[in-house]
Amino acid sequence: MTQAEATNTGAALAPPEGLGGVVADWSSDQRAFKKVPWGKAMMWIFLLSDTFIFSIFLLSYMTVRMSTTVPWPYPSDIFALSFGGEPIPLILIAIMTFILITSSGTMVLAVNYGYRSDRVRTMIYLLITALFGATFVGMQAFEWTKLIVDEGVRPWSNPFGAPQFGSVFFMITGFHGFHVSVGVLFLFIIARKVWRGEFDTGKRGFFTSRKGNYETVEIMGLYWHFVDLVWVFIFALFYLW
Amino acid sequence: MANTEAHAEVHTEAHAEAHPEGQQHPLGIYIKIWALLFVLSACSYLVDYVGLQGYLRWFLILLFMLMKAGLIVAVFMHMMWERLALLYAIAVPPILVMVFVFLMTHEADNTFSLRGLFFGAGP
Repeated sequence: MTQAEATNTGAALAPPEGLGGVVADWSSDQRAFKKVPWGKAMMWIFLLSDTFIFSIFLLSYMTVRMSTTVPWPYPSDIFALSFGGEPIPLILIAIMTFILITSSGTMVLAVNYGYRSDRVRTMIYLLITALFGATFVGMQAFEWTKLIVDEGVRPWSNPFGAPQFGSVFFMITGFHGFHVSVGVLFLFIIARKVWRGEFDTGKRGFFTSRKGNYETVEIMGLYWHFVDLVWVFIFALFYLW
Repeated sequence: MANTEAHAEVHTEAHAEAHPEGQQHPLGIYIKIWALLFVLSACSYLVDYVGLQGYLRWFLILLFMLMKAGLIVAVFMHMMWERLALLYAIAVPPILVMVFVFLMTHEADNTFSLRGLFFGAGP
């Protein structure tokens, strides 16, 4: 017992900060990402790979848009919507942007209340986040329907201009919408776990057979914020450019 | 023996409580950043609503985009409180995408001029 106490000095040494800390962390012959649960490090690495996927989509969009000799359709007019009066440019996309940012805010609150072990508030904010996400997907479905049925946009042609517009639009927003949909599904799963108190009792998960804790909510939050992050880029580069 | 184990368990539990690995921050900073994100989104929408064109439009779009992305990653995703080893591992690789962007702008310019030459539709 005394021996164990004498050798257990690891916690007393604070790891160095700054650039020296980077070198120390990576060369420590231990885990490189200290003070981060493995699930969070893995989620970040997944998000990095996802970043590359979306980067490639946006890059191919840039390439076809720069190389087409036909004028590119003007998104501001295509995504305009009129509420009985003059059509307001891009209003649908603006509302979707605000909905996604609002959901990011409620997600942050859920993570925060999770670490305070406020089970009920965590669940409520997770559910609100999921509902905002579902609203976003619903509006996207409306947008797709409008473009496909009313305007006749196809992946190979559209009435506005360069035919590549359709394929780029369906590919990028479709892949992003899929991410949001998966996120909503996961939000409901995590909310159910919080509701049943599985992070308090340490019940083992049905999928990983590991004991969950409230860090899971933060890891879920990382994914959700990433979905919002990607939308920031899509909104700027596809809709506004 | 059993006594020692129980003691060790208690010790680790107390240790875990004293040093939580999770990110705990006051709510105020989240609310402020949330409000700022709303303002920035409104600004980027206004760029289109007002109808700015040309370099000013592109500059403002990119500016607001990068500010929003930075705020989300730094505060909402807690990157500013993580150790630099993780930040560099995640943030440096996407910068290399810029090389790809550089390559593809030249590729696209080339394709565009070739299309102009052979289709006769270009400038």
